[in-house]
Amino acid sequence: MSKPVALPEASKVAQLTTLAHPRQHPRRASGRRSGSWVVAISILVSLLALLPLAFVIGISIKTGWATIAELVFRPRVAELLINTVLLVVITIPLCIALGVALAWLTERTDLPGRRLWSVLATAPIAVPAFVHSYAWVSLVPPIHGLFAGVLVSVIAYFPFLYLPIAATLRRLDPAIEDVSESLGLKPWAVFFRVVLPQLRLAICGGSLLVGLHLLAEYGLYAMIRFDTFTTAIFDQFQSSFNGPAANMLAGVLALCCLLMLTAESASRGHARYARVGSGSARLQRTQRLTRNTKAAALLLPIITSVLALGVPLITLAQWLIAGGADVWRMAEILPALKQTLVLASVGALITTCAAVPVAWLSIRSPGRLHRILESCNYITSSLPGIVVALALVTVTISFARPIYQTTITVLLAYLLMFLPRALVSLRAGIAQAPVELENIARSLGRSPSQALWLITMRLAAPGAAAGAALVFLAITNELTATLLLSPSGTRTLATGFWAMTSEIDYAAAAPYALIMILLSLPLTALLYHQSKRTAGR
Amino acid sequence: MNALELNSIYKTFGALPALDNVSLSVPAGSRTAIVGPSGSGKTTLLRMIAGFEFPDSGSISLNGQTLVDGSTEVPAHQRMIGYVPQDGALFPHMTVAGNIAFGLSGDAALKQERVAELMDMVSLDSRMSQRWPHELSGGQQQRVALARALAQRPRLMLLDEPFSALDTGLRASMRKMVAKLLSDTGVTTILVTHDQSEALSFADQLAVMRQGRLVQTGQPMDLYLHPHDEETALFLGDAVVMPAQIENGYAICDLGRVQVSSTSPNGAAQIMLRPEQLEISSQPADLEQVDGCIGVVTDRDFGGNTCTLTVDLKAPSPATNGQSASRSLLVRSSGVHAPAAGSLVHISTLGSAHVLTQPVRRQAVTTP
Repeated sequence: MSKPVALPEASKVAQLTTLAHPRQHPRRASGRRSGSWVVAISILVSLLALLPLAFVIGISIKTGWATIAELVFRPRVAELLINTVLLVVITIPLCIALGVALAWLTERTDLPGRRLWSVLATAPIAVPAFVHSYAWVSLVPPIHGLFAGVLVSVIAYFPFLYLPIAATLRRLDPAIEDVSESLGLKPWAVFFRVVLPQLRLAICGGSLLVGLHLLAEYGLYAMIRFDTFTTAIFDQFQSSFNGPAANMLAGVLALCCLLMLTAESASRGHARYARVGSGSARLQRTQRLTRNTKAAALLLPIITSVLALGVPLITLAQWLIAGGADVWRMAEILPALKQTLVLASVGALITTCAAVPVAWLSIRSPGRLHRILESCNYITSSLPGIVVALALVTVTISFARPIYQTTITVLLAYLLMFLPRALVSLRAGIAQAPVELENIARSLGRSPSQALWLITMRLAAPGAAAGAALVFLAITNELTATLLLSPSGTRTLATGFWAMTSEIDYAAAAPYALIMILLSLPLTALLYHQSKRTAGR
Repeated sequence: MNALELNSIYKTFGALPALDNVSLSVPAGSRTAIVGPSGSGKTTLLRMIAGFEFPDSGSISLNGQTLVDGSTEVPAHQRMIGYVPQDGALFPHMTVAGNIAFGLSGDAALKQERVAELMDMVSLDSRMSQRWPHELSGGQQQRVALARALAQRPRLMLLDEPFSALDTGLRASMRKMVAKLLSDTGVTTILVTHDQSEALSFADQLAVMRQGRLVQTGQPMDLYLHPHDEETALFLGDAVVMPAQIENGYAICDLGRVQVSSTSPNGAAQIMLRPEQLEISSQPADLEQVDGCIGVVTDRDFGGNTCTLTVDLKAPSPATNGQSASRSLLVRSSGVHAPAAGSLVHISTLGSAHVLTQPVRRQAVTTP
């Protein structure tokens, strides 16, 4: 190298020096490449979601360990814990079994009227959970306790499992089943060893959703006199506004939720669920049922529909007939309807938009940070609506006085509470859009955000729409947070209904319940169609 | 002029080096094939050129514009580089026309015109424009993917094993069609493949990758006949590799005296011959010849137009010191005149043998 070097040689020398220190120039963090704004929004959304939890923790610290121990370690808490755990461990497997069975029957067999059964399996979400238990209490007044809790919970919540499972079943690559059959697996073995494992994301996501509902629901269990943590917290607040006692119960509840989250994310695994392979999938095969199995198989959707739809509708009809025209107080009902519509549609829109970055990150770059971000949102939504509401009351009074008791606060509460609904559906939808398609779009000159919008969001649209509809329904039927946070004079259908049943005026409550159901029906239909429509068809 | 320049690219995934000091120049308007076994890093390299991944260090420039170096990073969507992956990756929610027009902007009528033009270019029936991706065959999907990538008039076209999902007959015709189309449009192209015959027939320039390194680059014919080492030689096709003693432009080996390049230094070396350079004859007159050597056919593998014979050599050459008393060779023969097993044959060589530049390994000749 002592010789004078020509220009090309010089560049080679330069090359050799960089070669010797290949890492001399540290490159920018990879976070930038996955879109820093996406990360920023996710963090913001998640921090916001942590607000109620921070409130619970803050209050706990203020309360002190001695009082906490005194409040938590007592027979009453053990009793509530047993009740809640039993409710969860009995209800979720039943919901999974029912959801998988119905989804398989309606998607993969030639069951007569499978379209109808599919609609009817989706329809129960149009009926608010507390209307389900209102119907059962009206029909069988002495009904109460764990049995009643499990019965009404399964009926009210199994569609949360049915919908994602049916959607996934529709999109599974039929070639995988063909291959496993060619490997000598019997049809039932194909189902249990190949199909069921691929439903894992849907089952885990749906189970988490049902589980969170079980932990957070108040109205359903209050009406059938089954004590869970949430009803106990509500009673504490209502009776004495005894902050510490209720907050400690909420703390235990948050722990339960944390456990549930851990279990879900552990069982979710790292497998890739986007379809790998060329082009688009072929149509699914259908299993032909024999005459006898057909008859037996029909029993399942029939019984389910009678319990989940027949009971509420018959009871409502009875009350409406008994009440006659007197119960239709339009001066109260119409404003309630309008307010419900506005709140639910704005809330659904905001919540779904806020869920997009978090869902996208959790699928595209599942790392610890993103899992934590996602968990933040689940933790909050697992807190009962009343805790979220009281957290927001405290925070807005102390730090954001202008938005105290305004619609903004109500919408914020909805966002915090219902984000996971949008998230679960969106995540499953985004998982169906392989990252390669986004890459192609970028190579064709679209920016990362355009690629996200034009490709991934289009393919995830059924998921996003399902998520938005779920949020809309949830807001339509939301009770406690609305009661606590809305500006004075606000009356939604749910709060109107609750006011009537609290006065034991079941007949006057019936119109509200009917409108809530009717209102939810088109959305449920949309939900059904969106989940039916596979991409591009 | 070189269109694409890769300059000492490094990339590691965890502890594993995926790309290790890769430098490559791709002349404008040329077709370059990067060939290597699976896991050699060729797809990673391609994705880096496309902008889907970024190197740990090194630089990439295209037509003089720096795409990546220590300070700049041009994102994929600003590179104008077309990309066709293995399975086509058509957008399942768009029709054929929607897919092709995806990268286009402007009013609908112009788009439609361009889509028709592109479909014509890739020999797709214009009536297919409203079909959905799932209604197309594999070959048609690839044509759509190609048209989609061509639509934006890319500065560079990347093909990631685009023919490997197609059946053999279709693969060859698609390859020809794509090669012709790309040279007609003058788009610089890089093809990544693990199929050596595909690479050899497609490319003007061939780059062989192994374990994250570019081991050799050059014209296909040159690489085929003059590989640096045995591994490359065997990767690009069948080869007969044997020890030899080089003496003044000739190699003394089991095959007798074989011509090699006159610049080869004297001494022990490995030489390589392609099976098609060996010619056999079972004529009694030929058996008397001094040049070449005599062998016995031990196996005959009939393969239609060609027949592969296993021939055991009889007279070991002095170069091996009698180490391999019976060396067996694979020799191609036309199916019509293939001698039967057990026949005595004379083997002669066509052209000159190639002396591998890599140090002699494995069958090292140890002269006492």
